[in-house]
Amino acid sequence: MTTINRSRRDFIKNTAALALGGALPISLVELAFAEPAQNFSFAYISDAHIQHIQGNRFVRNWDQGLIRAVAETNLLTPKPDFVMFGGDLGQLGKKEELDHGAEILSALSHKVRYVMGEHDYYLDLGEYWEKLFGPQYYSFDHKGVHFIVLNSIRTFDEWTFNRWPSKEQRMLEMAGLDNPNGSPFMVGDEQRRWLKADLAKVGKNTPIVVFSHSPLQKIYKGWNFWTEDAEKIQALLKPFKQVSVLYGHVHQIQYNQIGNISFNSVMATAWPWPYPQSYAQAEQYLPKRTVPINRADPFHERDATGWQFINLNSGRADLHFTLYDNSARTVRFNHNQKRPEDSQYQNPKARTPAQQHF
Amino acid sequence: MIFRRSNFILLSAAVLLASVNTSAVADEFSDADLQRWQQQFMEVVQTGRSLWTSPTLGTNGVACAQCHPNAANTHPETYPKFQKQLGKVAPLWEMINWCLRNPLEGQPLAADDPKMIALQAYVTYERRGVKLEPGKH
Repeated sequence: MTTINRSRRDFIKNTAALALGGALPISLVELAFAEPAQNFSFAYISDAHIQHIQGNRFVRNWDQGLIRAVAETNLLTPKPDFVMFGGDLGQLGKKEELDHGAEILSALSHKVRYVMGEHDYYLDLGEYWEKLFGPQYYSFDHKGVHFIVLNSIRTFDEWTFNRWPSKEQRMLEMAGLDNPNGSPFMVGDEQRRWLKADLAKVGKNTPIVVFSHSPLQKIYKGWNFWTEDAEKIQALLKPFKQVSVLYGHVHQIQYNQIGNISFNSVMATAWPWPYPQSYAQAEQYLPKRTVPINRADPFHERDATGWQFINLNSGRADLHFTLYDNSARTVRFNHNQKRPEDSQYQNPKARTPAQQHF
Repeated sequence: MIFRRSNFILLSAAVLLASVNTSAVADEFSDADLQRWQQQFMEVVQTGRSLWTSPTLGTNGVACAQCHPNAANTHPETYPKFQKQLGKVAPLWEMINWCLRNPLEGQPLAADDPKMIALQAYVTYERRGVKLEPGKH
């Protein structure tokens, strides 16, 4: 009995500490909004890369990142309206990985929706994933906001269907981020036709949030921080007043503004990725205003990993990054400048030495 | 005197012939040599790249390239440097061994293990053209 009480007390203490970072910005932001119907929060967990070793063994490190995100999301107050999972639940698309990932996510006390990542897709082209989580692309409405989920990690048919002797090899070739045998991600004709029809039903003043796994902008082709038909999708979204694109895949903080469209990336729970500029041989286009995450310290296993909760601020997405071994970061839409900005570090003088990647 | 001199000339010619037959003089090498040396180096770089992307270098299927695509963020040009986690100035190969033991859950390699040399050749090759900044964080 004493033991139970003690652990319960510890749990409450931990809960209070965890919630402190989150509760304050939510209440502050909600007071400031003009249209309360469009103000709500949801949590975003992404890139868990659950990796099967053999039998009942999985890579412990990646498991821990996802388990922690789930536990912390359950502690959020006020409770987020729903949870998005941003893709790459598995590492090599195996049933074992998707099942084990779904089992960990089953602890969430929220409605969860899913985005397809390339690590979930290229073994069986999403067949088992669909059985677990539903269609690969879809839309839904929530409190006056129109949400769209795309499978943005498809590629040329020739690469997918004709190039590889087995589906296992196809998966391995696409799983290597820097593999020159890979192929650029794209949304493709079929989904763009669907997107056009879906958007035709939406009023131009309705806030739109698009979830994709790859950035719907072009940053660095060599690592598929890239979507081949990005401009065509941006053109479809152009007539709408407020559009936010939220993407995973890059395992780092990125943000950008192109015309009316705000772009924000989310963190991985598994491991961080270097910024493309740290690859000396790369020609890359990281958005100039992005303030990088602190450079990863591999001695801290969960460093530069985490998850985020997102406030829809009058239809614009404000991202609160919950980073396990780093200070929290907030990237918020600046309504005067009409672009996302880091709440603390946007001014170059405010940056820390650890944010100077090279 | 004349006899001795001709002997000397004969001897010199013999020495010269011998050296021509085996290799060039010490301070000369040809384009073919340069190409051969570059090829030797690139073969080791390729071995390093294979190890870098191999799921069997450690024991849990995790590969170096999973966190370090194109060996990015390994910054070999800054080693040796003070590693606060080790409390001393360390060379790159000690950090590689740290990664082998921890994220890859594998065994460390000796400093002169051909695999360790290949890994370092690959990492450094991917960072070519960047100026040396030993000690920098």
